[in-house]
Amino acid sequence: MTAVNPALPKPTMIEFRDVHKYYGDYHALRGINGTIRAGEFFSLLGPSGCGKTTLLRTIAGFEGIDGGAVLIDGKDMARVPANKRPTNMVFQSYAIFPHMSVGENVGFGLRRDPRSASEKARAVEEALEMVGLKGYGNRAAHALSGGQRQRVALARALILKPKVLLLDEPLSALDKKMREHMQVELIKLQRQVGITFVLVTHDQEEALVMSDRIAVMFEGEIAQLADPETLYRRPNSKKVADFIGTMNFIPAQVLGETGGQIEIEAKGLGRALLSADQCPAGQGDSPMVGLRPETLTLMYPGQTTTERTVDGIIDEVIYFGDMTYYDVYLGGTDVEVRLSMRNTPGRPILDVGSKVDVAWSPEALVLFR
Amino acid sequence: MKAPGLRAYAIGYLIFLYAPIILLPIFAFNDSRIIAFPLSGFTTNWFAEMWADAQLWQALRNSLVISGSTAVIATVLGVFGARASTRYSFPGKGGLVGLIMLPLVLPEMIVAMSLLVVLLAISVPLSIFTVILGHVLITTPFAVAILSSAFQSLDKSLEEAAYDLGEGPVSTFRLIILPLVAPGIISSLLICFTISLDEFIIAYFLAGADTVLSSYIYSQFRFPAKVPAMLALGTILVLVSVLLLSIAEFFRRRGIAKTGGKDTGGFL
Repeated sequence: MTAVNPALPKPTMIEFRDVHKYYGDYHALRGINGTIRAGEFFSLLGPSGCGKTTLLRTIAGFEGIDGGAVLIDGKDMARVPANKRPTNMVFQSYAIFPHMSVGENVGFGLRRDPRSASEKARAVEEALEMVGLKGYGNRAAHALSGGQRQRVALARALILKPKVLLLDEPLSALDKKMREHMQVELIKLQRQVGITFVLVTHDQEEALVMSDRIAVMFEGEIAQLADPETLYRRPNSKKVADFIGTMNFIPAQVLGETGGQIEIEAKGLGRALLSADQCPAGQGDSPMVGLRPETLTLMYPGQTTTERTVDGIIDEVIYFGDMTYYDVYLGGTDVEVRLSMRNTPGRPILDVGSKVDVAWSPEALVLFR
Repeated sequence: MKAPGLRAYAIGYLIFLYAPIILLPIFAFNDSRIIAFPLSGFTTNWFAEMWADAQLWQALRNSLVISGSTAVIATVLGVFGARASTRYSFPGKGGLVGLIMLPLVLPEMIVAMSLLVVLLAISVPLSIFTVILGHVLITTPFAVAILSSAFQSLDKSLEEAAYDLGEGPVSTFRLIILPLVAPGIISSLLICFTISLDEFIIAYFLAGADTVLSSYIYSQFRFPAKVPAMLALGTILVLVSVLLLSIAEFFRRRGIAKTGGKDTGGFL
């Protein structure tokens, strides 16, 4: 694998052009557009039934499309069947062949490979070593644990050196510890092999941790396609903001626009000037500003800040060990926000009913209208 | 046991079921042509007599040809039917599957009569071949039922995985599907074979001049002198059945152990 110069824009690996898919009367994919770049860790994120798995399966070739085009490496895949596409898949159930050994599973894709038996055996051993299962070749596949099956599925898919590796909720069957462990392993593996990874997940945290870029999908459409930070800091709709992490929504009024800036008045916070990138295109909703819990800071007595402050009353305290969440009424209004504070020595947990000052800054706001 | 009546019932039931079968070997080795207690002595003459019966051998050969062919044809048809009914959906599927399964509850007499009428009308000579036709008709629903449950428990993504790794539909079927439904195929072969071997009405109606085992045994019971030899034959059939069942069960268990599946119980 040659290293890709990070300064150069990565070439396109997968392109969706107005992809439509129907199941009977049900419109499962409603005009998907977008590109996935070569060597990228890309996630399709959304609630169940949003079409993310269907979209993944159109890349693999397991689902035909009823309109538009899917291109892989510049080639239209319309007439290319699944077994001829330069993609391999890790299935949600792993789909390990239960009547074969681990080595037979991993080497399955090499059946049509013209190489000699000993070369293939070496390739299998290398693939197993890559996923940390060296020496497992002769074990019965059905006797493995969930995490090991997952690794076998990975090795089996990667041994063919596909242009794209497709992962259909690969971590959903694992327990929390194992899942977090495998997330890091997958990121490392992706960097090591340099193959384009496309991951389907409903877990926004998983998508944020693992991806270079994420497409958030709702009801058969891509709502936003961006890198994790943009998605988190500058969601382009209330729906995306609500799906990714926690977001406080506060009713607001748009007072006017001057020189690319928008002046708003948010209930409980007062007036603020927002830059254009904080104000995504209107969705026709009643205006709201959103802000993340960690952008609000509880001021302890004697503390000073350069940020703006607003007074509040603590309504609820939720202790999480490393963090404490406070629900606070702002500025004597009925507007309640949630804010999170890291628990460090010298920061006592405050009581319900305490009067506090809350620091905030206009840059952290996003306007939805 | 809370209800002693139930225990007595269960024991009585088992005796009623198996005692007659136990009588077969007892009288097959009894040194008398009269089937009655007390037993008069030990002999293997009846087995020798049976062994020397050329007509019996012919009937057995016919039966084996019929049952073997029936089992294979019905199971192959069953694989197609079960695959279609579990994997694909198409208009009229429910009705079609219903029609395939109908012979399961259709009186054999009706099947036998209607087939006989049709075959005579189109002047097909009655023979082993026509019996096979009739038997395939009545055993295919059993094959479809057994194989459907085998196909149903197959994870669809296994096929997709094989396809994804470069195999075509035919090699995927051979490499993945077939080995995983093999226990079901063995069950189906065995059940269809047994049903066909046992079957009397269709065999009697459609065999023409050929005799099969079931109708031959029945005809021999008209001659009291022949009965002990038939009991000897029955004894051998019981032994062969037990042997076959044990072999099939062995393969079924081995298949389950190999794929790490859960044993969901008995043979059927």
